[in-house]
Amino acid sequence: MPIVAIPSLLRNLTNGEESITVSGTTIREVIDNLETRYPGMKARLCEDDRLKPGLAIYINGLLTRGSIRERVDADAEIHFLPAIGGGIAAPSH
Amino acid sequence: MARRSHVQTTINGETVEFLCEPRQSLLEVLRDELHLTGAKEGCNNGNCGACSVILDGRLVNSCLVLGVETEGKSVETIEGLAAPDKLHPIQDAFLENAALQCGICTPGFIMSAKALLDQNPNPTEHEVRYWLAGNLCRCTGYDKIVRAVLDAAAAE
Amino acid sequence: MLENKEHKVIGTRPIRHDGVDKVTGRALYGADFQAAGLLHGRVLRSPHAHARIISIDTSRAEALPGVKGVVTAKDIPDAGDKVADLGEGAVNLKYLCDNILASDKVLYKGHAVAAVAATNPHIAEEACTLIDVEYEVLPPVLEVRQAMEPDAPLLHEHIRTTSLGETAEEPSNVASHIQHKLGDPEKGFAEADIVVEREFITGTVHQGYIEPHNATAHYNADGQLTIWCSTQGAFTVREQVAEILQYPVSKIKVVPMEIGGGFGGKISVYIKPVAALLAKKTGKPVKVLMNRSEVFEGTGPTPASFIRVKMGATKEGKITAAEAYLAFEAGAYPGSPVGPGAMCIFAPYNIEHVIIDGYDVVVNKPKTAPYRAPGAPNAAFGSETVVDEIAEKLGIDPLEIRLLNAAKEGDRRADGPVHPRIGCIETVEAAKSHPHYTAPNGKKHHGRGVASGYWFNIGLESSVTINVNSDGTINLIEGSTDIGGTRASIAMQAAEVLGIPAESVNPSVVDTNSVGYTAVTGGSRTTYATGYAAYEAAQDVKRQMIARAAKLWEVDEANVQFADGEFSSINGKEEQISFRDLCGRLGETGGPIVGSGTVNPGGAGGAYATHVVDVAVDEETGKVDILRYTAVQDAGKAIHPSYVEGQIQGGAVQGIGWALNEEYIYNDEGTMTNASFLDYRMPTCLDLPMIDAVIVEVPNPGHPYGVRGVGEVPIVPPMAAIANAIYDAIGIRMTELPMSPDRLLKAMGKI
Repeated sequence: MPIVAIPSLLRNLTNGEESITVSGTTIREVIDNLETRYPGMKARLCEDDRLKPGLAIYINGLLTRGSIRERVDADAEIHFLPAIGGGIAAPSH
Repeated sequence: MARRSHVQTTINGETVEFLCEPRQSLLEVLRDELHLTGAKEGCNNGNCGACSVILDGRLVNSCLVLGVETEGKSVETIEGLAAPDKLHPIQDAFLENAALQCGICTPGFIMSAKALLDQNPNPTEHEVRYWLAGNLCRCTGYDKIVRAVLDAAAAE
Repeated sequence: MLENKEHKVIGTRPIRHDGVDKVTGRALYGADFQAAGLLHGRVLRSPHAHARIISIDTSRAEALPGVKGVVTAKDIPDAGDKVADLGEGAVNLKYLCDNILASDKVLYKGHAVAAVAATNPHIAEEACTLIDVEYEVLPPVLEVRQAMEPDAPLLHEHIRTTSLGETAEEPSNVASHIQHKLGDPEKGFAEADIVVEREFITGTVHQGYIEPHNATAHYNADGQLTIWCSTQGAFTVREQVAEILQYPVSKIKVVPMEIGGGFGGKISVYIKPVAALLAKKTGKPVKVLMNRSEVFEGTGPTPASFIRVKMGATKEGKITAAEAYLAFEAGAYPGSPVGPGAMCIFAPYNIEHVIIDGYDVVVNKPKTAPYRAPGAPNAAFGSETVVDEIAEKLGIDPLEIRLLNAAKEGDRRADGPVHPRIGCIETVEAAKSHPHYTAPNGKKHHGRGVASGYWFNIGLESSVTINVNSDGTINLIEGSTDIGGTRASIAMQAAEVLGIPAESVNPSVVDTNSVGYTAVTGGSRTTYATGYAAYEAAQDVKRQMIARAAKLWEVDEANVQFADGEFSSINGKEEQISFRDLCGRLGETGGPIVGSGTVNPGGAGGAYATHVVDVAVDEETGKVDILRYTAVQDAGKAIHPSYVEGQIQGGAVQGIGWALNEEYIYNDEGTMTNASFLDYRMPTCLDLPMIDAVIVEVPNPGHPYGVRGVGEVPIVPPMAAIANAIYDAIGIRMTELPMSPDRLLKAMGKI
């Protein structure tokens, strides 16, 4: 199952757990399953069925274009990090 | 609008007549009236050298010269440097040395280098750096520009 | 993915394709654009750093003969609460619009308020002085720590600090807080024999491109809007203008003219929508140019910052823990590069226990824009100075301590992801064995310093089309504006695939109607991603050409092979034809060939650099001279080594300027007092020695030729390297940028 690295600012929702193994074949499913176990998680990561502005998804260390529809392998490692684009730090607000 | 003055001058060896307002700089005249856009505006106050041209044999920032001041004088610009089928050795040296990146400062540097080599055909590295200190380049760190000018001096 | 074979074109140094145009003055930049009936636009800017706009009266300006139109924020469609997706991440549309023309408040001196189109630029300038704006002046907040105080004047009353989706109750100038945590920092510091903690301040600096911003816009009678401009990304301009004007992208064509430098500063739009508004109002093409002080006061600098770094190490030199606090000035609207700064700060090291906190803070300065590895240079000034101090206190060579702790493939970055193949160690080793580092360094008041740096690089979208010509050449159509020789580095990758010389490729940078979507020239992505697209387009051409050879010889495609520019049949018929000759026979084998490639690669591969610098400190004047400079960098694979060296040298020199001279100097009212190239002093060639650029090649597995981006990382190490060299020279740790003569004299106790 994919492993999600929990950003330190969200670890209050996971009782301090730094990484969570969770089922899912897309980022959306992974987030939904995280939400079931740790209520409140989805609202911190998503807005209107998309990733929050200023966030980016890294799968196995590679930046994806931030869509929650992105497919993930069974052994994927997933990170949610501040978005960087075009030499830009995407505005976070 | 201010009254426009008639000016007759020589640009790159050709006699040129134009009308300009007294407040228009030579740079404005070259670019806006004569469509010689090789000289660039980087600062409009004589600090970047992107508008460098040679006026009666002397290197000037064309943004600091009034158009009307060129009456009866001779102006050399980047557009007049190459022969129809052959680049000037400084231009060749800039290409060979990859001495440009964005290229906006390049015409100014080349005119400045020409003015240097016209009066000092064999400058040292320090002399090149001293002479070109009035031309700003933000891309290259100047290394390849200085080498290009030294190469051009050796080739001429 | 990596092609491991000998290259014929890659690694050579052909003359760049746009070179002759650029050394003869014929290349057309944005300001060179002319059109019949052209009007000239100028922008009126706020004289106050912070004020409420009570009223704007444009009637006197409109009455001036020659004036054809005046626009204000009222001419921009209401943005509401919309969040614009610009492909580069989402942006609050109101901020974007308000930065173009202020609606309710001006938030920095130089903030655009209104604009005029007139028959000549002087009349437009005069008209600006006739626009009457009534302001209610408010106290400005000009420094990041002051802005974070609970009682600081607020720039935006609605901003609440967000911490990854959680929003605070009280309004604040702190727009967001980010954090990365790895392991147990407390435990890590407990394991340390030595702990060094220091605070650092960096000044506001500008990208300093020599070409000011420019834009010409025209609306056709059918509503088609065309914008000719200087930009790092024509498609990005199209997206931003479409959002700001609420106009369909299909009705906007952006024509990228040659661009006179950008370094990140020509991604955001400023006057492009203004030119469009004026063109709409007047029905004429309108050209808007900025002057130099407008560039300083009205376009993105990179932020000033306050940074605290604490690192602990064992007496053997193993770094056990690291902690960083980064507070960055975003300028007038949220969006400083504190994110990447926080992600890069400890990236040259493999450290088990790390905590990094970052704060994005609004202040009354221009909205910051990206500048070459945005955020990373500020951060590295802190971390690389602290690493140097640890090495010095432990009596370990500063490059040795970097090797001892260097990040390598498989190590985890502090922000989480695991490093792929990287060249950190290789850059440090190359610096260590370089004759510069092994040369004696002992003169009084001379010093040597080193520092390393990291930048991610990015991939993003690029598209390339190749049209095959009958004489064996190809026309390569691309959308990446060429700021530093990328026509050549992109063309060379296509040439390599097709076995033809670089000179047989005619590259063109075209408008947004003429090529597939291509993201900005930025993020060190152009040679990597657009080069990758060129590689794919050339592979497409190759496949089609193989089919044509098969047709010509009446054999199966599987029986045709291509190597070194020659197609040959491998079924015993012994047929052979060169790429060039086959190009001449396209007509008889089915007609023209067009190849295309479009990519969005994720494996940009991070870049590392290690710099060595020797300085001399003048004890009487406080002036620091750069005596010798060596910059080592992992390029993955240098496609055109001359232009890779050029990126390294240029980045290093921008860093030298940032280290020694450059800063925005403000008075108490929030006015920048040095908004000219005379007073904002960038390095001239007289200030510098030759810059020895050393290319290390650790191929990036995420690119067919192993390319890593090279443009940004060279600006990361210089500030710390120079600070460390100054320490070596005079025994004083400089912790504030720039390290200008007055600061050195103060540090030495002379004033």
